[in-house]
Amino acid sequence: MSVGLNIVICIKQVPETTEVEFDKETGRLKREGVAAVINPFDEYAIETGLRLREKYGGKIKVVSMGPPAAEQALRDAIAMGCDEGILVSDRVFGGADTWATSLTLAKSIQLSGSHDIVICGLKTTDGDTGQTGPEMAEHLGEPCISYVSQIIDVKDGKVTLKRNLDDGVETLEAPLPLIITVSKDVGQPRLATLRGRLAAKKAVIKTITNKEMGMNPKELGLDGSYTRVTKIFTPEPHAGGEVIEGTPDQLADAIYAKLKEAKIV
Amino acid sequence: MSKPMNIGDVCTGCGECILACPFGAITIVGGKAQIGDSCRVCGVCEPICPVKAIVIKKSDGPQNFNDWRGVLVYAEQHEGKIHPVAYELLGRGQELAVTLGEPVYAIVVGSGITNAAEELVKRGADKVLAYDHPHLTTYRDDPYSQILTEAVKELKPSIFLIGATSIGRALGPRVAAKLKTGLTADCTSLDIDPQMKVLLQTRPAYGGNIMATIYTQNSRPQMATVRYKVMTEAKVDPAHKGEIVKKTVNPSTLQDRVKVLGFEPAKEQVSIVDADVVVSGGKGLGEPKGFELIQQLATALGGAVGASRPTVDEGWIEYRHQVGLSGRTVRPKLYIACGISGAVQHQAGMKTSDVIIAINKDREAPICRISTMAAVGDLYEVVPRLIEKIKEKKGSGTP
Repeated sequence: MSVGLNIVICIKQVPETTEVEFDKETGRLKREGVAAVINPFDEYAIETGLRLREKYGGKIKVVSMGPPAAEQALRDAIAMGCDEGILVSDRVFGGADTWATSLTLAKSIQLSGSHDIVICGLKTTDGDTGQTGPEMAEHLGEPCISYVSQIIDVKDGKVTLKRNLDDGVETLEAPLPLIITVSKDVGQPRLATLRGRLAAKKAVIKTITNKEMGMNPKELGLDGSYTRVTKIFTPEPHAGGEVIEGTPDQLADAIYAKLKEAKIV
Repeated sequence: MSKPMNIGDVCTGCGECILACPFGAITIVGGKAQIGDSCRVCGVCEPICPVKAIVIKKSDGPQNFNDWRGVLVYAEQHEGKIHPVAYELLGRGQELAVTLGEPVYAIVVGSGITNAAEELVKRGADKVLAYDHPHLTTYRDDPYSQILTEAVKELKPSIFLIGATSIGRALGPRVAAKLKTGLTADCTSLDIDPQMKVLLQTRPAYGGNIMATIYTQNSRPQMATVRYKVMTEAKVDPAHKGEIVKKTVNPSTLQDRVKVLGFEPAKEQVSIVDADVVVSGGKGLGEPKGFELIQQLATALGGAVGASRPTVDEGWIEYRHQVGLSGRTVRPKLYIACGISGAVQHQAGMKTSDVIIAINKDREAPICRISTMAAVGDLYEVVPRLIEKIKEKKGSGTP
């Protein structure tokens, strides 16, 4: 690994807050003044990549699929220290579900050269699926390890790492190239530096459209998606504040009954 | 996006669709509606348009999937013990299967899983596919996803449900991609559309602030991962008859590119973000020692301890416990707020919890308005009694 690692990080631009609310009168999501930022989970992927580069050398490419405005997320990633940004953007990519998104990302990663490791965030704050990374691994025909909490070492074309499962932590060894999704345990993402910001300003963001990918539009975007959204609605508000009074015993009883109803106990 | 959504020349630019669009994706350009990049193709605008100018391009319509039948449930197991989410999937799976007039199947992969397979029959599975092999003792991404893929191709179920545990959420996308089918993550509700007979998969998005109903249009099976503890478990019926098929494990499916070097069982302490139950304390505790009581309740419920910002600012408890805008956002199944008034900033970090219980002396506290149940009383009197009750029931062995 004398030349260092070829690191690819996939990021998505999302609304800064998930506190989206429906305006009851217009039935629209209130979006006024909501800025677009790098998906917070992806910042941990960036941090993981930066630490790998610090330890082993190499180069970090950040890839994002989205509208032209997503270019800013790539610049923000460069400001944090990534080397290069690639925007995957084309009208025919729009309306994609996780299948079509992962396919498009996989193709664009293949198109942008070889890689040793692809790092994704655990999930996004808007779609919240956590599926794109593992599905992309299938398209690339490479192993995938989800919920990575720590990369221990990269040596002889192999990586040793830890991943979180519900009942404990596994230590695994996997061959490169591979895809990982990382949890917040990998370490607090760093802030952009002044030097990074300057580099971000100057950086030339490469755009990949379907012209470069040359895929059948039927495999892309909404047409290429296996799932369809049929309805979007606001969840029922909490069954409005049942306020109870009584002796401590009565209150404890009532709470206990509620816990039972909610299948907690 | 321009591709699937088309606005015809008949558009009068009336703007009805602008008001209807939940994503603010429509603008009027040159007297006609134009759909922008933030369109999620939800279809809300289509029926609203008074002149029927908006047309959503439908793909070729549902194909014929008649040879795909039955509801298949993935039964995750650990050391031969079935994860309870599988029983929940069987519970809902049976109801869906009855609606469709189709059978319910379960698939279990592991080592020494005969009892587990029998248990699945008692929980209503009409047929259980058991892949039993010493190399399959614990979950492995490659072999497990390979086996499930082959099993589904052979069985051809119309619906395939997987519990949204950390294993299920790693396994589901692998299998869906291999099968070339759709997958909906972390569903909280499943139904059958009465006309189309397709599976309606409803899930939260945007941190639980909106819900989306999704269906699998032109591929089978219809796959979904389903959140744990939202469906009702299938009842045990010792009389239920089902077939257990002991499948031979194809050696080629055992190949694994990833090697396990070790496993460290989780420590008891759960992080507030991942916990199903969060018990939080606020200034109403009166003193730092109050968190000992909060910890006791959290332990009794198998949950984690949270805290309001003022208690962290006072140094009563470490920052990693802080819930709210400047702390962590949590969305547990149960959030208990003890002595927390519930400022907007605190609410921002917990209001999407499934069930919220407040224990507070002040019935006018903001937290009481957003709680599923607000108990007006002294937490030092109520909480110890509640802990007693929980321990009592646990000790007596009744569920």
